Amino acid sequence: MQSLRVLAPADLLVTVRGLSFSRGERVIFEQVDIDIRRGKITAIMGPSGTGKTTLLNLIGGLLQPAAGSIEVDGERVDELGLTEIYRLRKRMGMLFQSSALFTDLSVFENVAFPLREHTALPESIIHTLVLMKLEAVGLRGARDLFPSELSGGMARRVALARAIALDPMMIMYDEPFAGQDPISMGVLVKLIRTLNDALGLTSIVVSHDIKETASIADYIYLISNGRVVEQGTPAALDRSTSPWVEQFVHGLPDGPVPFHYPAPPYEAELLTGSAL
Amino acid sequence: MTGWLQRLGRYTLELLARLGREGLFLLRLLQAQVFLFSRPGLVPPQIHFLGVQSLPIIAVSGFFVGMVLGLQGYVNLVRFGAASSLGALVALSLVRELGPVMAALLYAGRAGSALTAEIGLMKTTEQLAGMEMMAVDPFKRVLAPRFMAGCIAMPLLAGIFTAVGILGGYFVAVEQLGTDSGAFWSQMQAAVEFREDVVNGVVIKSIVFSIVANWIALFEGYDTEPTAEGVGRATTRTVVNTSLAVLALDFVLTAFLFGAK
Repeated sequence: MQSLRVLAPADLLVTVRGLSFSRGERVIFEQVDIDIRRGKITAIMGPSGTGKTTLLNLIGGLLQPAAGSIEVDGERVDELGLTEIYRLRKRMGMLFQSSALFTDLSVFENVAFPLREHTALPESIIHTLVLMKLEAVGLRGARDLFPSELSGGMARRVALARAIALDPMMIMYDEPFAGQDPISMGVLVKLIRTLNDALGLTSIVVSHDIKETASIADYIYLISNGRVVEQGTPAALDRSTSPWVEQFVHGLPDGPVPFHYPAPPYEAELLTGSAL
Repeated sequence: MTGWLQRLGRYTLELLARLGREGLFLLRLLQAQVFLFSRPGLVPPQIHFLGVQSLPIIAVSGFFVGMVLGLQGYVNLVRFGAASSLGALVALSLVRELGPVMAALLYAGRAGSALTAEIGLMKTTEQLAGMEMMAVDPFKRVLAPRFMAGCIAMPLLAGIFTAVGILGGYFVAVEQLGTDSGAFWSQMQAAVEFREDVVNGVVIKSIVFSIVANWIALFEGYDTEPTAEGVGRATTRTVVNTSLAVLALDFVLTAFLFGAK
């Protein structure tokens, strides 16, 4: 793989080119190209187990690609040293599926954590900043609770407040709607959109919840079997006639993604009978 | 036949890879210690968790071990009319061997397993990855202070175990069985050399054991397979591996420090 330095146009915050990645024998990505535009919400969608979370970890530099390049704000994530990657990560926020709140710290301290670690601000300013971030997600009143006392939706909002604590340029959401009730789902959908627009962020949302994601995304990538199978605006995807998009959008049990896990022919297996 | 060879080969390769990971882990852990100069406040809470909260089990076990030593020593020494040497026997056993070894084994069970479970769960719930994404190095922020605290706490626990053990021996020998109190202490004073016994025994041994015990506990937590089952297995491995390592190292250290000259 030749090391191409991709010259990204100015409106692209993240460019992924020729990305390949595998776990052991299993190929997760093969020659994947993805562009994330500044100021927009880009959704990465696909069935479970297609490596959507892996993609976020690759962009965040938590994993190294086998081949290809990942550029964030003009810097090659896959080539940065430890110090530089930490410097870049201060400008990236990430919302983990499990929220990843520190269980031994209160809500207030969780949101204050990045501020205390990376700034030397006096306590009064940290107090003000944390309350502002918590107010933005509607949980100013919950500041003294501990993560174990929060509902799943609240935990995710606290994690969101923590992710925006350092005023990052982008936020990556890993399955923000998974396992949420309709109300907290609505809250999160609204939060992702308003925060993106109010704070001038760039958002990457990884999800398989079609309806919610399509309602806020500006651009969608559909990934399956390690490749980008379709991409476009929500409206364009809605008009797509590809059988794959059809199956994913309408939740059909069988189609390009087969119902059956690969197996030898049914008849042959029953007749030979391994028990004999 | 080839299947057996294959398994042996795979096992050996896995073992070597694991040893390599463990070595690199210790290296990063030691490098990260420098960070503690700028954040010394991170260490005391861990000393409280690993050391102070281990005190009850260490003190109670130490007292019982001392009492057993006193009793067994008395029963056997009195036959030769040497019950006055009881103080020397109790103190030398504890200072040279039982203090550091028992304290390390108890530490592995009480604090080491807790460390592994804590780090393993932090990994499983993505707290470590979350920290990395917030540009905070978990080696510096989480692992380094725990390592430092463990290495401070464990030698102190070994010292306390030894001291309480001697009191336990005194309690049985003098208070219960009526050995002469003056003989108990003076024999001990005459037999125990500071440099030969205390430094070579409880001090050096417990420092070495504390490095090994905390290294294993933190590594197993950090290397955990991120599932509930994985954390359980890692916790067990910490206790088993630390116990084996401490007992094996104890023999090596004894051979070097007290071996026939």
